[in-house]
Amino acid sequence: MLVQFFIPHRSFIFAYENVLDWMQIIYVFTLLVGVANYIKINSKKVSTKIKGWGYNLVALSGLLVMVILGFAQGTGEDTPFLWMFNHIQAPMQATMFSLLAFFVASAAYRGFRARSKEATILLLTAAVVMLGRVPIGNMIHSSIPDLANWILNFPSMAARRGILIGIGLGTISTSLRIILGIERTYLGRE
Amino acid sequence: MHKFQKRSQILFLMLFFLCLFHSIAFCQKVDSKDLKGSWYDPTKTNVLVGILICIALLFFFIFYGKKKGNLFIREIAGLQAIDDAIGRATEMGKPILYSAGLGKMERVATMASMNILGSVAEKVAEYNTPLIFPNYDPVVMAVAQEVVKEGFTRAGHPEFYNPDNVFFVTQSQFGYVAAVDGIMVRQKPATNLFLGTFEAESLILAETGNSIGAIQIAGTDSTIQLSFFIVACDYTLIGEELFAASGYLTKDPMVLGSIKGQDYLKILIIILVLAGGILATFNSEFLRMLFP
Repeated sequence: MLVQFFIPHRSFIFAYENVLDWMQIIYVFTLLVGVANYIKINSKKVSTKIKGWGYNLVALSGLLVMVILGFAQGTGEDTPFLWMFNHIQAPMQATMFSLLAFFVASAAYRGFRARSKEATILLLTAAVVMLGRVPIGNMIHSSIPDLANWILNFPSMAARRGILIGIGLGTISTSLRIILGIERTYLGRE
Repeated sequence: MHKFQKRSQILFLMLFFLCLFHSIAFCQKVDSKDLKGSWYDPTKTNVLVGILICIALLFFFIFYGKKKGNLFIREIAGLQAIDDAIGRATEMGKPILYSAGLGKMERVATMASMNILGSVAEKVAEYNTPLIFPNYDPVVMAVAQEVVKEGFTRAGHPEFYNPDNVFFVTQSQFGYVAAVDGIMVRQKPATNLFLGTFEAESLILAETGNSIGAIQIAGTDSTIQLSFFIVACDYTLIGEELFAASGYLTKDPMVLGSIKGQDYLKILIIILVLAGGILATFNSEFLRMLFP
């Protein structure tokens, strides 16, 4: 794949696409491994009635109901499968995502407490950036949005790029170690 | 040779030869006029030169590390804290929760996470502390099961390994979060390790972990999620620290050598940035033209 990046020849592009297709095919089969593990673990907990087994029963029932509905009446428009997805799964996912708003508030409260010099700088910087993003910031002082943009585009961006360069170098180094077989823990041995 | 590794190698070779034969067959079928495109893209020469410099420097330091032995690497607080976190869980009689996030096995951050998992499993096995690892991806699950099992075996306690503790949950992002949060609230792990690829779920996981009073160590390759982890976790592996972790934990001289190589590459980049700044000040386009 690395070689293909530098060679735009049709045969190399074909080989690259071929590998990607095979990866997708293999990946679909690995999902069966996941589902088998899911059924095994949950069934075991339900059959041994360990504490909280009711949750496992709900999880297993959900899987079975969706599979049965999908095979029996399809997954297209106006099917019970799609109804279940739109009216049960999607709202539950949205609910979990919505929790993020509350967690951002609680994390911000802890992070912005002015306990030290650094935390105070963080608090002031965050206050400027937040004010710069809302109309009231401009009403307080016309330079607040510009200051917020400056913070985001220069000091913040410089720090991000520094971290990104480190991540890039770390990725190259780890990849090389894996290709050379120096790093083998992920294969089950050190 | 380990069964899993042998199977992986056979699978990889089969896939490689299948693709190779397929490509050769395709090339033979098509007329030479159809073989459009050149054998080299000159617009990517700068990338090629950059990669070759990186590889050469890393190669040099890997062999330097092998020859010299133990190289110095600065202390990483997050990794130092892993031992204490495992000890705390053992004393409290509570499990340790490990999550590699949403990353698939082809992501380098997930591979780095698996390397850390090996060391964590080895330490956990010594105290017979339960290690719970809910998975988002079935391939990661299979690899994690093998890594944990191997870690327990290395520690001399293969009998403590429980395959039911490394399990698949779901491929739905927020379904995964709900499941992991549920495990945290019900089982109250003493230590949470979030190492791998994380997206919007990072803060939900970390804040739930914080609410149950767990010691939390996190590390990811996403700069956006790093800020959430820094606020909500006790220790955070920032940027390349995640990739350096396996060398730090195993003290393998060749891995430490490659980390040393990274540091020299960073020095090279700093010199280039400074040179670029000075040249740009004098209206020279030379370096900018090198990196269009």
